[in-house]
Amino acid sequence: MVEFRMPSLGADMEAGTLVEWLVKPGDHVKHGDIVAVVETQKGAIEIEIFMNGEVRQLLVGVDKKVPVGTPLAIVRTADEIKAGVVAPVVLAGPTIQPQVTPTIIQPLVSGPAPTLPLRSAEPPSGARRIRISPAARHLAQKRGVDLAAIRGTGPDDTIIYADVERSLVGVAAPAERKHAVGIDLDAMRNAIAAAMARSKREIPHYYLEHHIDVTKTEEWLARTNAVRPPENRLLISSLATKAVALAARRFPAFNGFYRNGKYEPANVIHVGVAIAIRGGGLAAPAIHDTDMLSLDQLMLQMRELVQRVRAGRIRSSEIADPTITVSSLGERGVDALYGVIYPPQVAIVGFGKIVKRPWAIDASVIPRSVITITLSADHRVSDGHAGALFLAEIGKLLQEPDQL
Amino acid sequence: MLQSTVHADMIELTYRDAVREAIREALRRDKRVFLMGEDVGRYGGCYAVSKGLLAEFGPERIRDTPLSESGFTGAGIGAAMAGMRPIVELMTVNFSLLALDQILNTAATVRHMSGNQFGVPLVIRMATGAGRQLAAQHSHSLEGWYAHIPGVKVLAPATLEDARGMLWTALQDPDPVLIFENVMLYNMTGRIAVNSGPINIDKAAIRRAGRDISLITYGGSLWKTLEAATALAAENIEAEVIDLRSLRPLDDATIITSVSKTRRAVIIDEGWRSGSLAAEVSTRLVEQAFWELDAPIGRVCSEEVPIPYPRHLENAAIPQASKIIAAAKAALGRA
Repeated sequence: MVEFRMPSLGADMEAGTLVEWLVKPGDHVKHGDIVAVVETQKGAIEIEIFMNGEVRQLLVGVDKKVPVGTPLAIVRTADEIKAGVVAPVVLAGPTIQPQVTPTIIQPLVSGPAPTLPLRSAEPPSGARRIRISPAARHLAQKRGVDLAAIRGTGPDDTIIYADVERSLVGVAAPAERKHAVGIDLDAMRNAIAAAMARSKREIPHYYLEHHIDVTKTEEWLARTNAVRPPENRLLISSLATKAVALAARRFPAFNGFYRNGKYEPANVIHVGVAIAIRGGGLAAPAIHDTDMLSLDQLMLQMRELVQRVRAGRIRSSEIADPTITVSSLGERGVDALYGVIYPPQVAIVGFGKIVKRPWAIDASVIPRSVITITLSADHRVSDGHAGALFLAEIGKLLQEPDQL
Repeated sequence: MLQSTVHADMIELTYRDAVREAIREALRRDKRVFLMGEDVGRYGGCYAVSKGLLAEFGPERIRDTPLSESGFTGAGIGAAMAGMRPIVELMTVNFSLLALDQILNTAATVRHMSGNQFGVPLVIRMATGAGRQLAAQHSHSLEGWYAHIPGVKVLAPATLEDARGMLWTALQDPDPVLIFENVMLYNMTGRIAVNSGPINIDKAAIRRAGRDISLITYGGSLWKTLEAATALAAENIEAEVIDLRSLRPLDDATIITSVSKTRRAVIIDEGWRSGSLAAEVSTRLVEQAFWELDAPIGRVCSEEVPIPYPRHLENAAIPQASKIIAAAKAALGRA
């Protein structure tokens, strides 16, 4: 048996509130499954499990706030199942009874509501069937209420609308809020404040900027997109992200974590993409193995990520994993932006908007499309010389888009 | 018993007076309007609705007819097609069956069958309902049958304002309009504004607001339903009372909105239960508001017998406040 624990979703996270279980005892899980939703200062985050097996027991109830590292569930691993291990689970701490396990299984607000299993509402043989009015059934389905846990007060003990409504008082109201908004903007602002203050306090930043002629890149992009439907078109931001990922392969001093007084270069490249959230706020979740993705795959993932982040659903691995961050303000942005490094990362690359500028080629000045790339890097780990080579490499890669 | 929001001089009158005033106004305002029916002239109408009108408007416009419902209803249809605006009075809904061929096969179909070349702007008034010990051939409530027919409109004025105001609006309609006056309402007294006038004929009205159950009714049953609602309020059950007013077309929106709020409904209809208008309203609720319901829809209709002559049996055969209260409580599980 293995304990599944409250993960750390960032250096500044001390505790999280479990707001939703997406599995129940008896469910089989596999590596990468989303098993729970945890509320942190960054919003509601989907928690993945990184083992294969069967959920034996849930140890923490909904709406409980527990410190990082607290066992959340007991999982019987696939090996144990194979070996026939059936040792009973004996552990301290509260045990969650199956009937109070919420049966909400939908990850998003949109789309058809799930059909709620009404197992316990079905009669054991010979028992009378529990009556549920259409209005009560409809409300329960909409709000994810397990009707089996409700006592009916209607005629013949029928569960009526008011009964379900009563069961929602104080329980579903906060859940409803989270589902509707997904992100507590005040809490997120506090989290950004803490992380950025720590960054500026601890990390000696140095800054470089580099102007790149991307006229040919723009032309390539226009040609490529001309034959694609709108939903498959590439944006310059995907090229930029890929270029940073490839450059980071050659310059490991910008891809990794500075922890406990020393630098640990990462052996994978997970580029964090800064995404602005409507109403204020910012998240920079990771795109895993960015350097291994084709431009199309990368673009697809970026689109999906932006949508999910704005709906308030970020996965735990995406929050904890970025090894370097890219920030691009796009067309509505400014000429250049200098990022603040997200600790414990050691670099952030900024892309300004593309502008037409007078550009000297040989002896003549002609208008070209120019982008300003900046680097903010941790001087404890690298120096300006290495940073300059890193930026130059990004610029070079960006001018050969067909090689990205 | 009625409140009017109009801040004008109020007068006291009966439902009968209100109908007469409506006819008088129509005769004055539009020369094409005339009244025709059995005993409407010299006798003043079997329910005394047209009393005095013959003297005031003369025999050209207040016309006594032979005892032939099919004949004079057909004459009314012809006059309407030729440009007049007749008001045909049928003594009771039971007798209207003799004119059913004219109403269903002619009045309701001419616009359709003539390819819109002819319309029948005819108003037919008739008495309906039980309670006056007139026995089984004078006491039935068949308005629900008429509400089945496309091509006509069916109205059931239950208040003085509606009795006063619906006729003129009905006369403006290019197609046949049937107005059902419940016999128990003629003597009802109330106060309405002197300047009460034409009123819409396509909307149901909420006569009492409530949150716990919708009591849906029309015509003579409205007042029994309001009485029941008052009694229910004493037991902390707040009933919303809806007066359908128009039985065809039905104002679905008002009904659905109310039941979506209260989640329960009882329909009170003096017609017989099987194939009743109450059945139609109930089906519409199931079709359009099923997921809003907290209880099976209840019905209080007439017992499925010919309406009896003895008073106690007659009263037992038709909807009464006690039955409405019981049905409402059953829906709320408070029986």
